[in-house]
Amino acid sequence: MKKLDMDIAVIGAGPAGLAAALKARELGAEKVLILERDTEAGGILQQCIHDGFGLHRFGKRMAGTEYAQVFIDALEKTDITLLTDTMVLEITAQRTIYACSRQEGMMEIRCGAIILAMGCRERTAGQIQLMGYRPAGILTAGSVQRYINLEGYLPGSRAVILGSGDIGLIMARRMSLEGIKVEGVYEVMPHPGGLTRNIVQCLHDFDILLHLSSGVVKVHGKKRLEGVTVARLDENRTPIPGTEEYIECDLLVLAVGLIPENELSIGCGIEMDPKTKGPLLDEEFMTSVPGIFACGNVAVVFDLVDYVSDSAETAARGAVRFLWEGILEPLQYVKTVPSGNINLIVPQRIRRGGEKTVSFYLRVKKPDKKVVLEVQEKDRVRESRRFAFVAPPEMIAFKAAASGSGDVILDMKEGSHA
Amino acid sequence: MLKKEMICIVCPNSCRLSVWEEEGRIRVEGASCARGMAHGRNEFTHPVRMLTSTVRLEGARHRRLAVISSQEIPKEKIREALAALEGVTVSAPVRKGDIIVRNISGSGADIVASRTIPAAE
Ligand code: SF4
Repeated sequence: MKKLDMDIAVIGAGPAGLAAALKARELGAEKVLILERDTEAGGILQQCIHDGFGLHRFGKRMAGTEYAQVFIDALEKTDITLLTDTMVLEITAQRTIYACSRQEGMMEIRCGAIILAMGCRERTAGQIQLMGYRPAGILTAGSVQRYINLEGYLPGSRAVILGSGDIGLIMARRMSLEGIKVEGVYEVMPHPGGLTRNIVQCLHDFDILLHLSSGVVKVHGKKRLEGVTVARLDENRTPIPGTEEYIECDLLVLAVGLIPENELSIGCGIEMDPKTKGPLLDEEFMTSVPGIFACGNVAVVFDLVDYVSDSAETAARGAVRFLWEGILEPLQYVKTVPSGNINLIVPQRIRRGGEKTVSFYLRVKKPDKKVVLEVQEKDRVRESRRFAFVAPPEMIAFKAAASGSGDVILDMKEGSHA
Repeated sequence: MLKKEMICIVCPNSCRLSVWEEEGRIRVEGASCARGMAHGRNEFTHPVRMLTSTVRLEGARHRRLAVISSQEIPKEKIREALAALEGVTVSAPVRKGDIIVRNISGSGADIVASRTIPAAE
């Protein structure tokens, strides 16, 4: 078995991994390694040919491919090692990585610090209840995106989209432009799953209807999909009798959510947050295992790649600091506590003691207007922000000061004159 | 006077805009910033969109090359521009920013590669 010693190893060469490795190297980590299972860097951005990326970071609307290329080009100017076609099999709490590839065989990599950047994957047909056979023609939105944008195939001619997540909306437009007739988007929730701008640009522009509180109740066809039955759903997501409608189609596109890909993290004993389905993180994006950090969609599903890159740089700063300073005594934490309309918060905890600036990422439970977000620490309001409009798909990102002297409560309530 | 309701898509804030014409002037209500004002005005008078698609690629591991318009193009020209891209074939290597089609459909925008793809070994 080949043995390597690295300062920092990053798992995944998507937008998170690329940004983390570049930042770690820039901050002075010398031996930086990226392990990627695909044949090239870029992650999911390779198939995200649409624009809208990079507005926060670069001040312009770039294609996903362009955004990734900026980091790939930067990587090529460094001495960071990128191993592609390489599968990580196991990570230990002592920061040893076991990986394998055809070129290198088995590898044992001892690391000063590890940054997890494995991203997320789509929920599939097996994870939602679909009545009927399992004919060809039921694909996740990401698979459809890969077929059309990278491999050059059209996987159908008439499509129904189940779920209104962003990739589903993006694919509604993409399929329409490529001549696939999109019969409609069905969302079981009473509110859309994707960003408003995607609903405007991808559905309104093409006269595609979004049916809320509606779902696919049956798929028809044995070998190839022939059609689906859709219906309106009540509050318990039970189909309302009499509202069923048959739609002929040969493609059912699933855009029903993303799940952080944390098998490696769990295998290593990292404590998880059931809400984010990612590791429990502190303000440096360090997991519960000292020296192992996480960023990007493996930490929490972000909606903007700009935030993914930012989280990666936070994790890289933490990892480099860990490399040089280590952690002398066991860390003590205070919690970040969601209150009011706040659903989830990253980071979930903050190191005790020492005034610091924390980058918070949160999601709300339900859409609301004219609200105030408060950061409270020991009954003191440390920060207060007004929002004209909030919704679950639109993640809120902001920085606030915290002293680590007590739990930090993030509360969102009605604003009187927002 | 006819008010057009729309959602601003320039940034994730998604402000709800009302746009209408009054005494020969375009009025925008609901925008939180100047870019949103401009967007409302443009959507009302001459809507434009970025065009992103792919073209056939030869001599590389991938079969398609991702492309993007160098600037937004009139919405009504999108279909025509897409049709023009159908017959285009590019040979690897390609660098991000390489011009694939100049002044597509007379829109004033070029179609450029949105990623770098090396030639297949
Ligand atoms: S008006 Fe300004 S702040 Fe509001 S969505 Fe448009 S660009 Fe964003």
